[in-house]
Amino acid sequence: MRAWVYGLLVAFVAGSLFPFYWGFLIGSRAEVSAAAFTPGGHFLDNVRRVFDTVPFWRALGNSVVVAGTVTVSTVVFASLAGFAFARVRFPGRDWLFTFVVATMAVPTQLGVIPLYLAMAELGWAGGPQAVIVPNLVTALGVFWMRQYTVSAVPAELVDAARVDGCSLPRVYWHVCLPAVRPALASLGMFTFMASWNDFLWPLVVLDADHPTVQLALERLQSGHYVDYPLVLAGATLATVPVLVVFAVLGRRSVDGVALG
Amino acid sequence: MRFTPYLFIAPFFLLFVITGLFPLLYTGYVSLFSWGLVDDAPSFVGLANYAELLGDERLGTAAVNTLSIFLLTTGPQLVVAVVLAALLDAAPRGATGWRVAVLAPTAMSAVAVGVVFANLFGPRYGLVNELLVALGLDTVDWQANRLASHVAIAVMVNWRWTGYNALVVLAAMRAIPPSLHEAATVDGAGRLRRFWHVTLPMLRPTLLFVVVTSTIGGLQVFTEPKLLDAQTGSANGGASGQFQTVTLYLYQSAFETQRLGYASAVAWVLLVAVGCLAWVNYRLTRRMAGTGR
Repeated sequence: MRAWVYGLLVAFVAGSLFPFYWGFLIGSRAEVSAAAFTPGGHFLDNVRRVFDTVPFWRALGNSVVVAGTVTVSTVVFASLAGFAFARVRFPGRDWLFTFVVATMAVPTQLGVIPLYLAMAELGWAGGPQAVIVPNLVTALGVFWMRQYTVSAVPAELVDAARVDGCSLPRVYWHVCLPAVRPALASLGMFTFMASWNDFLWPLVVLDADHPTVQLALERLQSGHYVDYPLVLAGATLATVPVLVVFAVLGRRSVDGVALG
Repeated sequence: MRFTPYLFIAPFFLLFVITGLFPLLYTGYVSLFSWGLVDDAPSFVGLANYAELLGDERLGTAAVNTLSIFLLTTGPQLVVAVVLAALLDAAPRGATGWRVAVLAPTAMSAVAVGVVFANLFGPRYGLVNELLVALGLDTVDWQANRLASHVAIAVMVNWRWTGYNALVVLAAMRAIPPSLHEAATVDGAGRLRRFWHVTLPMLRPTLLFVVVTSTIGGLQVFTEPKLLDAQTGSANGGASGQFQTVTLYLYQSAFETQRLGYASAVAWVLLVAVGCLAWVNYRLTRRMAGTGR
């Protein structure tokens, strides 16, 4: 019984990790040749060629700025709204929260055309602010923080603090925030990942001088002849920062999925 | 003081309505115009864009492709996610390690997934075709063959999301009260029967969530088909549009053909389709789960 469970799990994990290895494997070759499963010695050469072919440093910088800003803002605004929805009674609360839940699944990505027109009108199209501003909040984030606040911040504690004359902002800062830290971390990680990996909207709105990592990667692949060692060395480079964040927060991220 | 709670939720609502909901609704307005990419005077055309859309063969192909890819992702992903969750549930040793490994594909961007799998499914030196040859089978052209290209795209999507969904299902499995399993065991139910009659019905809301989210994602597949194209950098979805999805067509109509009004009509139709399918899925899953026991 146990043996085949572990056997199947090992097979799944191997399947999960193989494409990462394959990306590095091809990215370490001088050329694509028939299947071989050990890396070649050209990874650093290929990385150097990535930096020569596309402005990868600038792309990394842009991605860090965009994903970082989006993450901080999403986490802050979601925790504020989540706290109010979870532990404060006010007229219209249930109705407004239903609105949040209902819009969670709305594919806002389909609004790219008016969003593009607006960015062009404002003169923001082309630069990183065009990618940052439309992604400052998500309904899913508010829902996520509300659920966690309900489970982690006892209502009696909030009420007691209020009775003692503590203002709402202070309750949020001193009672709520310390208790919801794990959810802040996991929401932050998933938001960072989603922003770092986003493609459609950056492709639409950013110009050639302000690429994100994903756009730089796509540019590597464009051309009549696809130089796979070059492209997959780039793919490995683009994946490493997210994998590092992911590994550092390993347990948190796994627990985070359960909340979503 | 009385208004403080509203200050807590105001930033979210303001930003979400302005940058999320409003553009979506305004798409409906743009769809009533003939509107170029750089256009100072768009002209009102009523429902002409929608009328044109009905006879658009390219869009018909894209709709069929999208549905085909959607079927190849949602169903298999759900089944495999439940099996994987059951395996993870049965293997307590090194639990976190297994789960982190299973979740890892979510960390790779769709673009990176696209280029890695475009190589794996490559027509000449692709690993998949070499394996087929080693097994004594014929090679498959994963770009030119319509169904094969859909399978390749579905594999990319499924590889990236199945582990995530498995963890969502696992969390729900862990939340089932042990007393239910104990009662079933007392009644003489074996492991498999308990899984079928206790675990699965209790998972109903979670499976519904997984199906609805993967439907919404599945109908908007964009990056994977964009990167699978052998003529790289194009939004054609293959030489004859054999794997062009609706979102890819929307992108092409808006930002390559530069017909914003027409592309908005496409977006609006897709939006309605996503809504309807999510709703149908919801009803179906509820019925199936309700009568399944």
